[in-house]
Amino acid sequence: MIGFVRNVRLWFVPEQVRKDGSTPDYRFSLANERTFLAWLRTALALIGGGFAVDQFLPDLRWGWRVGLALALLAAGVLCSLRAVNHWVRCERAMRRGEDLPVSRFPALLSVVVAVVALAMVVVVLVGWEG
Amino acid sequence: MSAETAPVPARDPGLQPERTRLAWRRTTLSSTVAAVLAVKTTLNGGAEPAGIIACALCIAVWLGFLRIAHHRIRTLAASPEPPALAPRHATATVLSIVALAVCAAALVF
Repeated sequence: MIGFVRNVRLWFVPEQVRKDGSTPDYRFSLANERTFLAWLRTALALIGGGFAVDQFLPDLRWGWRVGLALALLAAGVLCSLRAVNHWVRCERAMRRGEDLPVSRFPALLSVVVAVVALAMVVVVLVGWEG
Repeated sequence: MSAETAPVPARDPGLQPERTRLAWRRTTLSSTVAAVLAVKTTLNGGAEPAGIIACALCIAVWLGFLRIAHHRIRTLAASPEPPALAPRHATATVLSIVALAVCAAALVF
């Protein structure tokens, strides 16, 4: 938790990242940036999915629809916050010459997406019967 | 391994800056899709005042995102060895996406 707070401070104070270690090959920095952007696109897709659930499943009961939409939006927020956190951690690890940080977030996100997809299937089937 | 140090070969920038630029473009496209969906949700919701405010915020956030992306794309295009992304810009990008999600939640709810 304390490490996380320190990372959050790094998001806003770029000079502290520069103080660590030496500047890595700019190509590695650019690759890190592209990974960051790919996660942002994932976050934007989740947000778009939240809108889509709200707009394109009008036959669902209100609670289910809003619940699913809010779950997808929350996943988008988590994904984008985690993206910047991971980017800062990778950038710092490269400057210090350490191993890149490992993360169980990709596995967690894929499980959540799978569960939401299953829930959608069930909800749509039940919604059609009722 | 020879003892004498080999001359360091000049680094080929390759397509790294261009790939990164295109990644930014794809990301702006994704944010555009999200903004369009926000407008559609507002229009379908009967365009109440609160909905219109949330929609306007979404569009403002989207414009802010485009501005950051444009700035970064120009930096990437300006030099064959562009500087790394500033953490300030990364944070601003992520905060704009979070703001978009919050407005989306307000529109959906």
